[in-house]
Amino acid sequence: MYTEQVMDHFTNPRNVGEIENADGIGEVGNAKCGDIMKMYIKVDNDVITDVKFKTFGCGSAIATSSIATEMIKGKTIPEALELSNKAVVEALGGLPTHKIHCSVLAEQSIKAAIADYYKKQGIDPEPIVGKVPDCEDGHCH
Amino acid sequence: MDKRFVYADNAATTEITEPVKQAIIKALDIYGNPSSLYNLGGEAKTAVESSRETIAKCINAEPSEIYFTSCGSEADNWAIKGTAEQMLKKGKKHIISTVFEHHAVLHSLQHLEKQGFEVTYLPVYENGIVKPDDLENAIREDTGLVTIMFANNEIGTIQPIKKLGEICKKHNIIFHVDAVQALGNVEIDVKDLNIDLMSASGHKIHAQKGIGFLYIRKGVRIATFMDGGAQERGKRAGTENVPSIVGFAKACEIACTDIAKKTEYVTALRNRFIEGALKIERSHLNGDKDIRLPGNANVSFEGIEGESLLLLLDMNGISASSGSACTSGSLDPSHVLLAIGRPHEIAHGSLRISINEFTTKEDIDYILKKLPPIVERLRNMSPLWEKIKKTEKEGK
Repeated sequence: MYTEQVMDHFTNPRNVGEIENADGIGEVGNAKCGDIMKMYIKVDNDVITDVKFKTFGCGSAIATSSIATEMIKGKTIPEALELSNKAVVEALGGLPTHKIHCSVLAEQSIKAAIADYYKKQGIDPEPIVGKVPDCEDGHCH
Repeated sequence: MDKRFVYADNAATTEITEPVKQAIIKALDIYGNPSSLYNLGGEAKTAVESSRETIAKCINAEPSEIYFTSCGSEADNWAIKGTAEQMLKKGKKHIISTVFEHHAVLHSLQHLEKQGFEVTYLPVYENGIVKPDDLENAIREDTGLVTIMFANNEIGTIQPIKKLGEICKKHNIIFHVDAVQALGNVEIDVKDLNIDLMSASGHKIHAQKGIGFLYIRKGVRIATFMDGGAQERGKRAGTENVPSIVGFAKACEIACTDIAKKTEYVTALRNRFIEGALKIERSHLNGDKDIRLPGNANVSFEGIEGESLLLLLDMNGISASSGSACTSGSLDPSHVLLAIGRPHEIAHGSLRISINEFTTKEDIDYILKKLPPIVERLRNMSPLWEKIKKTEKEGK
């Protein structure tokens, strides 16, 4: 069902954990739908120097969060904001159709973490990041 | 402990055992059409009819009451839609079922609802068992069919079929039972249980996929399922699947012999698993502890999601199943777990182990050794688990 890349990131997830004193924390998804992604970022001079994640969800949810952290680590915030769910899917060599929403969550969790970073800086994130869905809104994808 | 292969998904399907395989192979040579007059056709006919007799004996039915179908789902569809057609003739349009039936039943009922039938879905409570009083209270003047499963496919809970059958008989209502999970695991006497229609499937009891039957009690009127030739007393046309029918009969004969002995052995293993699994903190058994199929255990682990659990178990050679949304391909977790009142997040983290007479103590101990570190590993990366532990801490 899953590609080799998905299984690799699922079995050996990169950057799992939390960052103490993170500069931004984003959480998307909800328990009702069966997936929650929480992303922690450390930002230095507009560059994401460290990123960690925690995910409650299926194999592809864990794999998409893992690869997404790899794809934004060391990148500038504008670069990270450009990461699309499509790019995540491509990097994983594809996802089953009913798992595409996992890649959307991965993209959103990064945006949510960046939005939180801006908020902490006293900057309104919405004009930069766009609207990030509230994780408690109860909508399943 | 060396890696081993443990198949613990017998509620999904089972392996074809050697005697069944041999019976099927032998029957493959009887290639004549059972409807043909000459000797080869006669041989095929004899194979089909003696199989029918064997199966009938297993459930205390008459051979003429067994109608072969292509699977359990077909039998469910036929029983429900075929009875509904008869109900219309009598001006009846009410059906009673439960909230946690198999989709073959639920979707058949939904199909009928669109055509104007009304369905009452009885609750199954936290233990996953229907209350006969609820059935009694739901019956109306225009109730023409009650369809309730013998044992649930996900949580294994066994329903009070005899009491339900008595109620249906008293009110002169057709009683259909989906016994796909129960056949061969529980003693079934259709006469004693007052069952009018009963569905069963071959591949759950070590026969091939693609064969099932519907028991139709003599005198019960039900619409023809398939128009065509005179096979299956003219009610289900199509040339008989001779090798599968022969294999099904062999499997049924074996499965229905010594059920008590098998039950004792399998139940002990199942309880060993449940006891071990529940040692994991914040785990919950789904369904009644005792009134369940001998081989079924269904446990939810808080803070994790079932599909990732299954993937990691599979990597360790363990085949099992889950009621999480991710494994069902839908957005919601299992309707069965929601029906017994499990919140979504706990339903997502469910694990179903279904074992049988071929499972060993070593298999169970192997699962119990692999399971806790896998649960822990997933919990360690779960923000939901983090929340649960935080709430726990604040509560103290």
